[in-house]
Amino acid sequence: MPLEITGLVKRFGKGAEAKEVVRGLDLSLRKGECFALLGPNGAGKTTTLRCALGLTTPSAGQIRLAGLPVPEQAREARARVGVVPQIDSLDPDFTCAENLIVFAGYFGIRDSEIRPRVPELLAFAGLEGKENARIQSLSGGMKRRLTLARALVNKPELLILDEPTTGLDPQARHLIWERLRRLTAEGTTILLTTHFMDEAERLAHRLAILDNGRILVQGSPREVIAEHIEPQVVEVFGEWDGSDNQAANGAATWAARNAGALSRRCEISGETAFCYTDDAAPLLAHLAHQPGLRTLHRPANLEDVFLKLTGRELRD
Amino acid sequence: MTATQPLLAPPRLSPRLFAVWRRNFLVWRKLALPSIVGNLADPVIYMLGLGYGLGMLVQEVEGVPYIAFLAGGTLAYSTMNSATFETLYSGFSRMHVQKTWEAIMNAPVALDDIVAAELVWAASKSCLAGTAILAVIALFGFAASPLAVAAIPVVFLTGLCFAALGLIMTALAPSYDFFMYYFTLFITPMTLLSGVFFPQGQLPDGVRTIAACLPLSHAVELIRPLLLGQVPGQIGLHLGVLAAITAAAFWTALILTRRRLLN
Repeated sequence: MPLEITGLVKRFGKGAEAKEVVRGLDLSLRKGECFALLGPNGAGKTTTLRCALGLTTPSAGQIRLAGLPVPEQAREARARVGVVPQIDSLDPDFTCAENLIVFAGYFGIRDSEIRPRVPELLAFAGLEGKENARIQSLSGGMKRRLTLARALVNKPELLILDEPTTGLDPQARHLIWERLRRLTAEGTTILLTTHFMDEAERLAHRLAILDNGRILVQGSPREVIAEHIEPQVVEVFGEWDGSDNQAANGAATWAARNAGALSRRCEISGETAFCYTDDAAPLLAHLAHQPGLRTLHRPANLEDVFLKLTGRELRD
Repeated sequence: MTATQPLLAPPRLSPRLFAVWRRNFLVWRKLALPSIVGNLADPVIYMLGLGYGLGMLVQEVEGVPYIAFLAGGTLAYSTMNSATFETLYSGFSRMHVQKTWEAIMNAPVALDDIVAAELVWAASKSCLAGTAILAVIALFGFAASPLAVAAIPVVFLTGLCFAALGLIMTALAPSYDFFMYYFTLFITPMTLLSGVFFPQGQLPDGVRTIAACLPLSHAVELIRPLLLGQVPGQIGLHLGVLAAITAAAFWTALILTRRRLLN
């Protein structure tokens, strides 16, 4: 198995000030799958990855990375893993090709072995002919793609990506998605963390939603949606003239009086009411007679599950 | 190290550290000429300016022209400076700003290897600069004896010693500004107390005893005689102290860096 984690606990600090960031986490990746780890800021995603790579010692639990026990044999295990970190860490003093060659050196790969592969690696990242380009001349998307190419110098069996598309434009995201799908098709296992639900829904064969250091749900995107949320959502927003009070004529007031009878569950976020239901027809018929209110009827998605499970409060 | 090692464990190194050393060398090679000129110009200007200018007034010191006396001290303190600057400013950039160390740790290279590579690299760089300064000194005729060549390994050891001390500061630094304290409270006073510009015999008794223990004093005690064509006294003591400070400081730096990055 590419990665197997059982009972992982990670505490920072000591005594009364100790903070448990990961609290009993189990995870096992199947060969060739793409697994997404979702969770709000501070859920424990990055700490889990650091533990998996042997970069910090778990407080409890067992980890096997590429079949080897971590942290005991973390170095040997990392030789078979590629990592795309969250923060750009390319070498600004080197060209694109030099970045790949020098990084391969850390794996004990000789220059004569990596040099012929540089054009192919750059092409994979959509950076054809950029061998001699300086890092400063690359856009954010190009840097991230070069980091992806750098993570592939050792032909890893497992690729770990920490928020690979954060801060990228849609074109760059789509290119990265396409490349990651190509890698899984070729048999590479992928573990990624992301804040983008559409990314997880499109890419992941399986996913886990993590909060407060625990896995809340796990399964394929379709299973998770089917199991944890009503199939239909009607978003209601705008002004409601059914209220006698001018100051409270929003969707929230409408929802307080009507949503309970017309939907299974209703959540208010900002000025929008999210009505979850198995059958939207009665609700939509009612809304057709409320001229001030606007509606958006759609199937429930992963983001709805995520918000249901982790709440709508801001995380810092 | 693997993360199972306790914080205080002795260094565990692998040959991969040379891949990290090579990374720093390849970056340096791109800017080798300006780097050497930069490390060379300042100490040489001071040496010639003070050596000839002040030398007119003081004539001879310990039986040699002042500039010949100053040459050995210059080589010692400029080695200290270049090793210190490399581990403080460049090392901090790689560790904290550019996240180079974090990228390397995702490969099969341990933090111990990275810190050791920084140590050896800073010593190598200061030795490259030191050799250039030695060449200029020889050009002016103040390193005429073949014994002067023996100063090169001493320069390397001096570089290791100050690189190890510098790595402690780098491991502790919240930002670049922190390094000012190290320079004003440690490096600058040491430069003045270690017999670089004047013999330590000029210092009051109490100060002299303390000054003799400073790492730079030991470097000066070795390098100056070699440049003057003499075999240094108490070679074993001076080499031993420099080596011991290097080992103790490196281990300390390693513990602090592990605490900072592997927590």
